[in-house]
Formats: sequence, C-alpha cells, structure tokens
Amino acid sequence: MNPRILAATTGRILRQLRHDRRTVALLLIVPAVLLALVYYMFVDQPTPPGRPSTFDRIALVMLGFFPFIIMFLVTSIAMLRERTTGTLERLLTTPLGKLDLLFGYGIAFGLAGVVQATVASAVAYWLFDLDTAGSSGLVILVAAVNAVLAVALGLFCSAFARTEFQAVQFMPVVVAPQLLLCGLFVPRDEMAGWLQAVSDALPLSYAVEALQEVGAHAEPTGTMWRDLAIVGGAAVLALVLAAATLRRRSG
Amino acid sequence: MEDAIAVRDLVVDRGGRRVLHGIDATVPRGAVTGLLGPSGSGKTTLMRAVVGVQVVTSGSVTVLGRPAGAPELRRRVGYLTQAPSVYVDLTVRENARYFAALHGRGAADADRAVADVGLSGAATQLVGTLSGGQRSRASLACALVGEPELLVLDEPTVGQDPVLRAELWARFHAMAAAGTTLLVSSHVMDEAARCDRLLLIREGRLIADDTPDAVRRATGVDDLEEAFLRMIRASEAGTARQEAS
Repeated sequence: MNPRILAATTGRILRQLRHDRRTVALLLIVPAVLLALVYYMFVDQPTPPGRPSTFDRIALVMLGFFPFIIMFLVTSIAMLRERTTGTLERLLTTPLGKLDLLFGYGIAFGLAGVVQATVASAVAYWLFDLDTAGSSGLVILVAAVNAVLAVALGLFCSAFARTEFQAVQFMPVVVAPQLLLCGLFVPRDEMAGWLQAVSDALPLSYAVEALQEVGAHAEPTGTMWRDLAIVGGAAVLALVLAAATLRRRSG
Repeated sequence: MEDAIAVRDLVVDRGGRRVLHGIDATVPRGAVTGLLGPSGSGKTTLMRAVVGVQVVTSGSVTVLGRPAGAPELRRRVGYLTQAPSVYVDLTVRENARYFAALHGRGAADADRAVADVGLSGAATQLVGTLSGGQRSRASLACALVGEPELLVLDEPTVGQDPVLRAELWARFHAMAAAGTTLLVSSHVMDEAARCDRLLLIREGRLIADDTPDAVRRATGVDDLEEAFLRMIRASEAGTARQEAS
C-alpha cells in the first residue's frame, strides 16, 4: 500500500459520491424517515415495566442496520461499475495496489456510513427521544465499523456479479439472513440450537449485540469491545478475500 | 538499441477460441508503431498482453526489457483502453488529477494533459455529459498524464474530428521524437500512413511488420489499403497452398 495513492483513491471515491447529490440526499434522509415510521408505529404501545421501550429497542438496532444495508449496496454497485466500465482494468495497469483500491473504498464509504449514522442518531436522540444508557458516540462507532464490514462484503460479492441485476440479488442473500437472525426479532438465546449456531457465525449478530450493550450499560463493556473486534475482524477477512478475487490478468 | 516490445510466438485463447495464433513482432523505441487490422482481428488482445492484463496461453512478451505485467512496468507503461475508461461521475479535470496522482504527478501535469487533448474548455464538465469523442480524449489525457516511456493506445482517434485527429497524430510524433514509444491501434487504413512502422494483423495472425514505404514497395501500390488487400490475398493463397499440399 502507498499512502499517497490510497489518499488519492479515497478522495476520488468521495468526489464521485459528492457529484451524485441525489444519492447523498437519499443516504441522509431515508434513515430519518424510516425512524419516524418506527416511532409512530410504537409510540402508543405500552412499555413493560423495567424494560426499554419498543422504539428504543428497535431504533437502536436500526442505527446499525442503515449503514450496513446501504453501504453494502452502494459498494457492490460501485465496484461492479469499475469492472464493467474498464476503469478497474486500467487501474490495475497503473502503480495502484489492490489494497489501495480496496481500503480506499473501505475508508470512503466507511466515512459516508459515519455521516449517515451521525445524522440518523441525531434524529433518533433529539427528535424521537431515543434513550440509551451508553453514549451516542459508541452507537456511531459501532455503526461505523458496521459500515466498513458492509463495504468489505460488497467488494467481495461484486466479484461474483456480472451485471447490476445480479449485484442487487446479493443483497437478500447476504443481508437478509443476518437481519433475521441478529436477535432483533427473536432473542438469540431463545432460537433453536442450529439457528443459534448460524447466528453465531454471522458478523451482524455481534454488531447488534454491541449496540444492545451500549443501550443497557452506561460504560462500554468488555462484551461490547469483543463484539466490535469480531465485526472489525470479519471486515478485514472480507477485504482479504476481496483482494484475492481481484486479478490483474484476465482471460 | 533493444526493442521496446518483443513478442515471441504469442498464443492467446479467449472464451475457448484461439484469438492469437503465434504472433512474432517487435516494436522499436522512440517511434510510432501502428497496429492495424479489422475489428475482431486480435488487436486489443495483443495490446492487453503487452500491458500485462491478458492471460496468455504460450509464448512471451517482453516490454522495456522486462516480462509484460512486471510490477515495475506499471510506472513506465500507459494504457488507453478502446472503450473510454474514465469515471463518468467525475469532471475531466478530476479524472486527470486522479490518474496523475497514481503516477506521482501533480495538478499542473494533469491540467497540461487535459490541454494536450484539447479539452481545456471542458475541464470542469462531468465526463458523463461529454460527447463520445470528447470522452475518449478525456480517457487519453489520463493515459498521457504519467508521461510513460511506452504508450499503448487502443484506437485513440476513433470518432474524432479530422482537425483534432491530425493534431493528435502530430502530438504522438512529437512524443516519439522526445523518446516515447507508441503502439497505436486503428482499424482505419488511412491512419497507417501516419505511422513510422506498421504491424498488420488479421484473424490473429501477423501479415506485415514493416514501414509504410516498404509495404508500398513490396506490393507495388501506393494506396496502403490496396497494399494490405494484396498482402492479405497473398497470405491466404499461401495458406491455401499449404493446406492443399
């Protein structure tokens, strides 16, 4: 890796995003609208004594979902475009290293995920009175690591898609099982043993657990840090796999 | 002096089909070598082999004294793909500056490359809003910006207006005079006359490797299109005789 090339690549990806104002607007506004929906769905529901309100429970996890879903999609399409428009082949004939490109995407869309999570958290805390025992900064930190994981998975999956149609099909394949089994709908320890084992193997489960730790404890817990490390480790693993799918020579 | 590119018995298969059938060719340094041939003849595949992004079946390609695709060559070789490969959601200038940065060049070099392809007036326009010809010039600027020793340009002048085409060829010759080696492909025979040397390729086989004048002398006609036609017929007759015997 070369710091100058990495910085240039990160800047280039962010510049592309900046020129696409509609995407930026969607990135920032859609989470707030969805949070509003959830808020009004549950605002009149009674809260069992001694438990967080349904909105608090769901909104907290949603703050981690947004960057995960959106950054996965944005990245797989962006990388597919690099492949189909020939820019990837061209880049691979320049001094750019594979990791410069992959980490460039990780940093650029990771930053976009942080901005998205920050705006969504601001809306959740100030507009809809989200209540967490831990700090909002930790929520954004977990969301940021989640965004990087999504970017890494998107980079990896884009290698298996030839068209945009195929690329978007990876969303339900990669994202939906993780959403279903992450513990939001059914607590993980109440799932059947084999489902729990699947859930244990999916990185999003740890991101959700980390968020729940922030929700329940005023100070960052050991479990939270461990979960965060697992999500980060999964992101690095996916990036390494993505690098392995990038071939300078093709047929 | 050693040749810039030496191709030895290069065989390439793509999609289960043989695209290059044992090409032997050399490209001298500091000159403009034209790679001429109809669409589908294997020009792009040969160029991809030279820049080291093509999986080859057998044979060797040596570029600037190193095997094609060697990491150090990536700083010394510039490649223009046939379809413009620039970012449509960036401006011309942003594209040029990005590729400049990859080669360790600054903004001034990028702006000069944009001016060299006649796009100064459109520098702040998004590439997606440009015409096809302007887009391929934006792509060309990104290949020129690193000032590489060897430029591999796949159909750089397609769709350009005749005045601009003449200007681009003048620039290619100026660069060659300054020591740059250029390998330029085209399927337009009238561009052959502008090259110092010609490689004529048809159906994955090299038919001619000579100067334009030598091609004219050998075939006895002045028009290069006609000359190539005669060479193709002669080579086909030769192949037919071989098959008959």
